[in-house]
Parts: sequence; C-alpha cells; structure tokens
Amino acid sequence: MDRPFGMLVELTYACPLHCPYCSNPLNLADYSNELATEEWQRVLAEARALGVLQLHLSGGEPLQRRDLVELVSSARDLGFYTNLITSALGLSRRRAEELKTAGLDHVQISIQADEQSLSDRIAGTPSYERKVAAARMVKELDWPLTMNVVIHRHNIDRMGRILDLAEELGADRIELANTQYYGWARLNRAALLPSIAQLDRAEDVVRAARRRLDGKMEIIYVIPDYYSKFPKPCMGGWGKNQLTVTPNGNVLPCPAAHTLELPRATVRERSLAWIWNESPLFQRFRGTEWMPEPCRSCDRREVDFGGCRCQAFQLTGDAARTDPVCHLSPDHELVAEVVRAANQEEDQGEAELVPRVITGRGTSDNHSTTGGLGSERSVP
Amino acid sequence: MSVTVQAMSRPRLARLVRLEWDPVRESHVLLAPEGVLVLNQTGATILRLCDGERTVVEIVEELRAQYDRVAGDEVREFLGRLAARRWVELGDG
Repeated sequence: MDRPFGMLVELTYACPLHCPYCSNPLNLADYSNELATEEWQRVLAEARALGVLQLHLSGGEPLQRRDLVELVSSARDLGFYTNLITSALGLSRRRAEELKTAGLDHVQISIQADEQSLSDRIAGTPSYERKVAAARMVKELDWPLTMNVVIHRHNIDRMGRILDLAEELGADRIELANTQYYGWARLNRAALLPSIAQLDRAEDVVRAARRRLDGKMEIIYVIPDYYSKFPKPCMGGWGKNQLTVTPNGNVLPCPAAHTLELPRATVRERSLAWIWNESPLFQRFRGTEWMPEPCRSCDRREVDFGGCRCQAFQLTGDAARTDPVCHLSPDHELVAEVVRAANQEEDQGEAELVPRVITGRGTSDNHSTTGGLGSERSVP
Repeated sequence: MSVTVQAMSRPRLARLVRLEWDPVRESHVLLAPEGVLVLNQTGATILRLCDGERTVVEIVEELRAQYDRVAGDEVREFLGRLAARRWVELGDG
C-alpha cells in the first residue's frame, strides 16, 4: 500500500469571498459541525504517523478558524511542511507574525485579476487592495509566496498583466490554473470555459514570461482539461498520494469526491489509518482493477489512472467510467459538445457569472437542496 | 529537465524547501511547496553538503571520503535536476 504524502485540510467552508468557480460543496450546511481543535490535532498526529509530510491548510478561508495558529504550531511540531492557502482576507500583520512564529512554511494567496474592479467583481466582495497589501506583507516577513489565480474566460486575456503584478509583488511562484468544473464552477461552466483562441494567446504569454522570468519566478500553468487529449491524472491516482479532510471530519481521496455515491468515512468514527488502508471509499478506485475499457487495456492506465472519477460521475452518472475528457472515452462527445459551444459564443458577448452564495458557518445554506453535481441545473 | 551544473558552483538548498528526516519512511526527505522527494542516503549526504560555501568539486571530494564509488557526473546530474525544480540554487559558477 502506498503511503500518502499530502493532506489537504479544509478547516472551514466559511469564506468572505463569493467566487463563481467555488469548488466547495453546494450543500455547505452539512459541514457546519466543524472539528474542534483537539480533533484536528489528533488527525494531524495520525496523518504524520501514516506518512503525510505536506499539510495544505485551506477552506473556505482557513483564517476564519481562530485556532489556526495553534494548528500550524502543532503541525510544525509533528514535522509537516505547512502551506496556507488563503484569500488573505483576515491576514493582519499580527496574525501573520503569529503564523510565522508558529513555523508556517509557505503562503499561497489567491487573486482574481490584476486590477481592482475585475478582481473585486469576480471575488464578489471588495478584496483586491487587501490581497495586494497582504502579499507585500508576506514578502516583508520573508516568506516564500505563491500567487494563485483561477483562470477563466473573464481573466484569461489579462494573464500578461497578472504575471506582471506577481513579479512586482515578488512572488516566488504563480499558479495560473484554469477552472475545474466542480461545485459552483459547474453551474457557471458556460461562462467560465475559455475559447481555443483565448487559450492559444494565453499559451504565448506563458511561454514568453517563462523565458523572461527563468530562475526568478516559477510559473505553473494548467489548461482546462476539457481541451486535453488525455485526462488529468487526478490526485496522482485514487488513494495513492493524497487525501482531503473536510471541516466536519469526512476523509476523501480528492476534494470533489463528496459528490460520489460511496460510503462515507469520517475521523469521528475511525482512525485515519483505517480509512486510508481499509475503508471501502479509499479501496473503491485504487489501482487498475476497477477500470473499464478503454482504460483497462490502455498503455496510459498507470499514467492518468482513467482520469477524474468525480468528472466521470458528473458527466455520465457513473463514477467508474473513463473520464469523458479522454478522446478515447465512449462519452467524449459530452465534453466535445461543451467545447464547441465555448467556441461558438466567442463573438456573442459574455455569459453572466453567478456569484457563489455563502451564508455564515452554522446557518442554513440557501442552496442546500440542490441535487449535487450529477444533476443538470440551469444557471439563473 | 535538468540544468547544467558547473564544477565551481556553490549549491545550496532553496529558501522554499526543507530537508528533514522522516521516521515513518526511515529516510531523509526534501519538502517543498508542491512536492516531496524521498532521498536515499547518498542524496541526503549531498544535500547536507550544499551549504552555499562548498563547490561541487569539494562536495564530490567529501563524498569520496565517505563512499567507495562516487561518480562526479551523477552528483552534478542530481543537483541539476533539483536546480531545474528550483529546490537547489547553484550560486555563482
């Protein structure tokens, strides 16, 4: 059995932003019973014993947890490499200094665009100025900084200026990742998926920036998998390297796997080791035995692992089918159709983005009755 | 991908990474923002010598004092691979 290297802990789904591509579950009310500090500390200790070395602290907005500094401190004592994935809203200088003292290794700050009006419009709240100020502070405190930018139809043409901003802020790395169409993002897919012309231009920008910034800033660029010939090797394989823990203690092979009709596994009932090694959830798509054709006999079965189970389920209703992104998938037309539509609409103005609705932690969510990712739902 | 490593480079670990002992795997590991490298004993010894002071030539000499067979090209290739990922900085060549 492989040992996990990385664990994403989604400490809370509370978040001050309303990004239209939010990948958190639609039914946030189900997650309001969050793990307590001691429960997280137990999970961290069990994860380290299981072999996890990288800890990604995320959400929602992890800074909304008052015990974040305490959790980082526990994580560092256990030997984790700690990475905070944040909107930076709530990152005061005092909080930042406390996190630094606690041993936080690395900070990732999301930004929605290179200028205030668009960035704030996408985030659904005034946030750009605070994000930029927080990024400067992170560098002043001599932290390694990654800028995260979710790329889509509305900001892809500004990637050159986004790269300039990251360079000016002194980022060590920038991740320009096209939207993945899970959760809220799936509802906005038509408004988010770029055209092939936009992708071609973006690729030129990235190529030129990589030449110019070689050795200074690392640029990670991820195209939408809808445009790939082969699917993404989702999570590096199901239950192979990574795991995710949700705010209420559910453990998942990938952050989107809550959408699948599989038995639940929670740290409130079982040890992390049992969940990783033995739970039906983690066994379900491990290895290659579960694979249908064309994956089963494909040379790439250990390269991309049949792609993303959640995407297969979302698009076909069956999580055990080949990811329809793959050009060899019998369901590939489902993706091809969406790509064609994205390229016909280029001259027809922009589809409207629907902001994520998030209510406070512990209160009921307006959208808790939606049918999940598997069902088609028209965007109002 | 790899970067050419000069004999007079003075490599050191990048600021973003940490070299640690993992008692679970009983190995040294290099921890970085988006990856982990499980090191064998030679790899760990090389990286412990990457202090920004020693040159690659000096590192290879020290390794030869500890291990029977040390191929200078393999050490340079190892550091070149890590430099390409920006986990090692090569310093002035």
